[in-house]
Amino acid sequence: MSLDIRVPTGVLFVILGAILAMYGLVTGWTSPEMYTRSLGININLWWGLVLGLFGAAMLLWARWEWRRTRSGASCPSATKPATSHDESYR
Amino acid sequence: MLDLKLGLVDYLILALYTLFVLGIGFALKRFMRTSTDFFLSGRAVPAWVCGLAFISANLGAQEVIGMAASGAKYGIATSHFYWLGAIPAMVFVGIFMMPFYYGSRARSVPEYLKLRFDEKTRAFNAFSFAVMTIFSSGISMHMLAKIIAPIVGVNYHVGLVISASIVLLYIFLGGLTSAIYNEVLQFFLIVLGFLPVVLLGLADAGGWSGLVQKLDLVATSGATGRQFPPGTWSSTWGPMASPQTNPMGVEWFGLSMGLGFVLSFGYWCTDFLVVQRAMAAESMSAARRTPLIAAFPKMLFPALVILPGMIAIGQHVTSQGGFLPADDQTGIDYNMAIPAMLARYVPTGLLGLALTALLASFMSGMAGNVTAFNTVWTYDIYQSYLAPGRSDQHYLWMGRAATVFGIALSGAAAYVARYYNNIMDMLQLVFGFVNAPLLATFLLGMFWRRATGHGAFAGLVAGTLAAALHQSLTAPKGGWLATLHSYPSEMAQNFWTAIFAFGVCFVGTIVFSLLTVQRKPDEELRGLVYSLTPRVQEDPALAWYARPASLAVLVMAATVALNIIFW
Repeated sequence: MSLDIRVPTGVLFVILGAILAMYGLVTGWTSPEMYTRSLGININLWWGLVLGLFGAAMLLWARWEWRRTRSGASCPSATKPATSHDESYR
Repeated sequence: MLDLKLGLVDYLILALYTLFVLGIGFALKRFMRTSTDFFLSGRAVPAWVCGLAFISANLGAQEVIGMAASGAKYGIATSHFYWLGAIPAMVFVGIFMMPFYYGSRARSVPEYLKLRFDEKTRAFNAFSFAVMTIFSSGISMHMLAKIIAPIVGVNYHVGLVISASIVLLYIFLGGLTSAIYNEVLQFFLIVLGFLPVVLLGLADAGGWSGLVQKLDLVATSGATGRQFPPGTWSSTWGPMASPQTNPMGVEWFGLSMGLGFVLSFGYWCTDFLVVQRAMAAESMSAARRTPLIAAFPKMLFPALVILPGMIAIGQHVTSQGGFLPADDQTGIDYNMAIPAMLARYVPTGLLGLALTALLASFMSGMAGNVTAFNTVWTYDIYQSYLAPGRSDQHYLWMGRAATVFGIALSGAAAYVARYYNNIMDMLQLVFGFVNAPLLATFLLGMFWRRATGHGAFAGLVAGTLAAALHQSLTAPKGGWLATLHSYPSEMAQNFWTAIFAFGVCFVGTIVFSLLTVQRKPDEELRGLVYSLTPRVQEDPALAWYARPASLAVLVMAATVALNIIFW
């Protein structure tokens, strides 16, 4: 496999989550009135945590998959010849 | 009017997203060694990635903005586009049609038509698809520039050029793989970006039951133009008994046959934009599972894209207007449902995320169109008719060139869309003219071996003419020759145009096939037609619940349940 998309996805969401959560933490203190529109909930903080958890889950999934294919055969799609006609009926 | 101001953190989030999509493009550049790599991702993509890309490419500007607008205008009946339309079609294409698309080793949908029928059928499809997809891409670009650019603080032209350049760059570098991987990223962004907005709006409306109460008021107050019984906005099938009892102006038969069958199957089973993503899968099993995997989130998308529109109209009516901005012609500008929700509920920070989600959805739709275009152009038009027999590297170069001029043409189409307000309706119309007959061609091609090339071509032409004829003889839209019948709404008219186009093509293809000689011997048709193809062996490594058949049963059962719950 050329690139495991789980890794950039995980990294992006961890970073986004961190940014939002920190921003939420700071503004929750300095200007809590901006959260009246989100029904009084510090949505930046909470959703930032959700994003961070999601990103972490993605990275864990990527690591699990990497471990799994490393212990077994090498990555199947990298070595598979793409043009055999019989293979298409697998 | 709409008070949306961006803070530094919002721009930071947008910049971060841009960095990542471009970074993925750059990272994939070195893997683009052959034309198969560039146009088909080397047929090496895992099923779950293809599945998410499948649905993400389909989810473009028209879908996100349009579905929310429809949610406001029609209520939960809009879900029919998903639960009645998309899901059965996706299940069908995965189980029954992917074996032929993938097994034939066709590199595109028009190429399948060439293998199964002949060159002229391929040409008909290739040219009409190329034009349609450029316009579709242009409309995506136009809506992006029109809606997002002002919010971000740039003008229309700058917004157009910047977003087009980003998509251009990552596809130029990494081809279909770049488009697919970014579509996965975009999928998660769309879900995680819109979900908080929906949750906040729903909480504010008093949960589902609170929303239903507001929607009852929407129906009975006649705020959208006419009065309807309460519950119209929160029921999917109940109001479909007659065109008078629902704002869509359709009845259940036209809805089921027109939308549920012809238009949906026509799109999901023959539109190369989505089929391309399944063709890139790493095996037959993965290709069949791609639309099925996509069907699961697709089933839940009404909560993400339709519900905000319903919340918006609910709040608009119960707060005596002021939630949704006004439109000069119809009184309410439904297209502003999503921006209105953002303005009302979303603080800085989350706003950056939601805007990025919106941008991501527009980009994924555009990328889908661009990769489909550059593949059809290079293989089905350029290689087939303009410059056959050149080296693979030459076609790879052509693919990159096609990406550039494809986007340039889309930009031109965007300006056409900007100038002519009804271009979007026109595109819907063209979809019906082109996709509806094509479905008949594919069904007969894949399941009836007696279908011939002449028959298919004649059927396609007849079907398209039938669509044009139907449109020119009926109201409310068209009627250029006469008005033999007046439909209660444009939507109903569209459905029936599709039904007629399909029917005429179906019958026409059968008749003309029987009148002409089958030029292809059975050996050539092996793998292209049901009766001449060995049954697909299930992948023994898959657990029983992950098999295509099991996934299909599960998603259909869940969809039926949803239809019943929201009856």
